[in-house]
Amino acid sequence: MSFKFDQELDCSGLACPMPILKTKKAVDALQPGQVLKMIATDPGAVPDMEAWTSKTGHELLGHEQDGPKLTFYIRKK
Amino acid sequence: MTAKRLAIISAHGSLDAAYPPLILATAALAMDMEAAIFFTFYGLEIIKKGQADKLQVSPIANPAMPQPVPGISVPNIIGVLPGMTAVATGMMNSWMKKANVAKLSELLDMAKEMNVRMIACQMSMDVMGIKKEDLIDGVEVGGAATFLQYASEDAIALSF
Repeated sequence: MSFKFDQELDCSGLACPMPILKTKKAVDALQPGQVLKMIATDPGAVPDMEAWTSKTGHELLGHEQDGPKLTFYIRKK
Repeated sequence: MTAKRLAIISAHGSLDAAYPPLILATAALAMDMEAAIFFTFYGLEIIKKGQADKLQVSPIANPAMPQPVPGISVPNIIGVLPGMTAVATGMMNSWMKKANVAKLSELLDMAKEMNVRMIACQMSMDVMGIKKEDLIDGVEVGGAATFLQYASEDAIALSF
């Protein structure tokens, strides 16, 4: 699974709540409809990104896992 | 009802007690909510200038603290020995670092940057001889009514 993206953010090695805080900042800087690719290694990022997008209204297009590396694609509302 | 605010009371100044308020408040802002933390009694230690990364964790009366050597049980009473708080704090800090947890000073910077409202309890400051200039910038001083007025409007209230 792969999506076209406009911006990339690497949160590898960061623990809760940093991936959420940095994702929020990065998405704020995008234009509506643009896509952020976010990479994280915190396994808690999976439920947290689902909760975060559900609460904020941004769209979680999908995520994939390659070993410990998690990649999320988020479209700004 | 959907709450739009997180209202937190932070009353303890140990390393482990300082994390949840800052993590939840910054996460709330990231989730398009508002957040305020009311720092009272020992919670004021967290927002003293230069103090956040010096907070300690006590092994006394803390049986949940993992053993330094897995499988070898150290009696909790050992915690009263001089220097054991420093040992426990060193252990906790190394675990935190290994797990890539942000330092408290970093979370405080984030909280300031994201506009978490930080309220220092006037009464506790008077009791403990803490002046406004002893506290980090961006903190306001207030009382119970200041917190309650904030918490009374569409808020989830938590205490740590």
